Amino acid sequence: MTTLTPPTVVIDPTPLPPPETPWQRLRREFFANKLAVSGLVLLLLAIGVAVFAPWISPQNPYDIGKLDIFDSKLPPGSKDAAGTMTYWLGTDSQARDLLSAIFYGLRTSLMVGGISVAAALVIGSIVGLAAAYFGGWVDALLMRIVDIQLSFPSILVALILLAILGKGVDKVILALVIVQWAYFARAARGAALVERAKEYVEAAQCMALGSPRILLRHMLPNCLPPLIVIATIDLAHAIALESTLSFLGVGVPVTEPSLGMLIANGFEFMLSGHYWISFFPGIALALAIVGINLVGDHLRDILNPHNAH
Amino acid sequence: MLAFIIRRLLQALLVMAVMSGLVFVGLYVVGDPVSMMASPEATELERDAIRANFGLDKPLLEQYAIFMSHAVRFDFGKSFLTGQSAMGLILERMPATLELAVVAMTLAGLVGVPLGIWAGLRPDALSTRGIMTGSVLGFSLPNFWVGLMLIMVFAVYLGWVPASGRGKTVMLGPLDLSVLTLDGWSRLILPACTIAMAKAALIIRVTRAATREALPMDYIKFARAKGLAWSRILRVHLLKNILIPIVTVFGLEFGQVVAFAVVTETIFAWPGMGKLLLDSIITLDRPVVVAYLILIVFFLVMLNLVTDILYSVLDPRVRLQAAKA
Repeated sequence: MTTLTPPTVVIDPTPLPPPETPWQRLRREFFANKLAVSGLVLLLLAIGVAVFAPWISPQNPYDIGKLDIFDSKLPPGSKDAAGTMTYWLGTDSQARDLLSAIFYGLRTSLMVGGISVAAALVIGSIVGLAAAYFGGWVDALLMRIVDIQLSFPSILVALILLAILGKGVDKVILALVIVQWAYFARAARGAALVERAKEYVEAAQCMALGSPRILLRHMLPNCLPPLIVIATIDLAHAIALESTLSFLGVGVPVTEPSLGMLIANGFEFMLSGHYWISFFPGIALALAIVGINLVGDHLRDILNPHNAH
Repeated sequence: MLAFIIRRLLQALLVMAVMSGLVFVGLYVVGDPVSMMASPEATELERDAIRANFGLDKPLLEQYAIFMSHAVRFDFGKSFLTGQSAMGLILERMPATLELAVVAMTLAGLVGVPLGIWAGLRPDALSTRGIMTGSVLGFSLPNFWVGLMLIMVFAVYLGWVPASGRGKTVMLGPLDLSVLTLDGWSRLILPACTIAMAKAALIIRVTRAATREALPMDYIKFARAKGLAWSRILRVHLLKNILIPIVTVFGLEFGQVVAFAVVTETIFAWPGMGKLLLDSIITLDRPVVVAYLILIVFFLVMLNLVTDILYSVLDPRVRLQAAKA
């Protein structure tokens, strides 16, 4: 550690840098792009606000006892009736502090988006890997289902599903998983087909390892990069789709409003000039989605083999 | 070619049958449409009469069999709510939705393709950075919120255009169009811009990628070596070759726009078939929902078919294969 200096370092004037691992390359290229970093900051900020909403909100917007109906539809920057609290972003029609409502709404939006994308990622990857690994009629059947599902616009599928399932956070998540798994299945199959032809899979098969083990321990880790990119971009889709469904009145219930629902609540008051009830939740939603898209967009550029530097 | 088309249509029929079955059963389980149809004071006898009138007293399987036997004769039942033919109701609303979609996609193309080519030609320019950042915003901003903000600025504060509804229409054959009147345009422009903004963002990205791929190709180099004017190379050599991905996106997105019309039409109270679908879902008007789905499956399949056929027209190297259908 102290005395053993290899002599080669002295002899060679330009030593080779240590080889960069793929993760180091990813990190270096990601942080080299200012837009991507600002996207990451936005995303982390949104997640932070969502997680800590109960502690950082000026008011608990769902504690009906605390709301004073005389404070409804106050413009941004107003004081409350007692003069002790400032509504920085105004209040909505039920006298809720809009800033607090946005914090809580972000919580619902991100949770629904995150859980549904994670579940879709797991289910879709397993289906895709299985299709690629087993081939034959399993592959043909699964991919036909994927094709048919992807030929339908996701908003329409989700709308019909929710009409059948009814309202509720769990039902929205279920509908979003059903809408999204097919994207992951298709991507996972594509990646797995490439991996399947490689020697390490053949080696694993020669060692008589079981199919689940080869699929999950050997092939899956190598198929992950494209799936992560899709998951990132899909998270933005899921959040936008959820807010759209809630806006249409078929999404989350009134007791757990997401950002989409806050926007919908403000819609009816907008024509009378109370713009802030719809405006600020929309800004919050847009910032979260832009952040996710910037991160996902840049990840895709880095992980795309055509663009490798 | 013919085998390819027939195969696609058969597949569409299968999807229509499966979808209608699923939705039929799904909506049957959800709730009793009679509670929506009868007045709250109706006696049980009157409710039974309504059930018998719409055939809702029969077992589910029999109801579905009756529905299918009528459906093959293009009769999709009557709306529970109005008693009119379900398909008739939808077809009546269709021109409004299609008009909105066509105008929006045209706007998106007129903005998106030139900007995309510009961005592809100058990958490192500041203007390109601006265009690309704008396009990230374009598809990141929640579409329904963009619509609301457009209403707020242009209808509420500036008062330039009305906030909702469809303006005066002129009958052109079987279609009633509002693009032919000034009043029609004043109400069409906001919803069309709402949709066009998101779609233009996508078209910019696809066009840019295609342009960057085409530029290093030999045919472009050869055309330059021949000394052709740059504008001619762009218009003839480049544009022809990047059309395929652009046409694909147009085809796919047109379907998306028609489906997404549910949202835009709700915001702008546009009397199209998307609004009708949402209303029918809320009132459990099963025949209208099922008829809408059958129509939209047919529409999407035809759209894909036309897109695929356009490929071989645009690029003679592409041959349609029945096996790949």
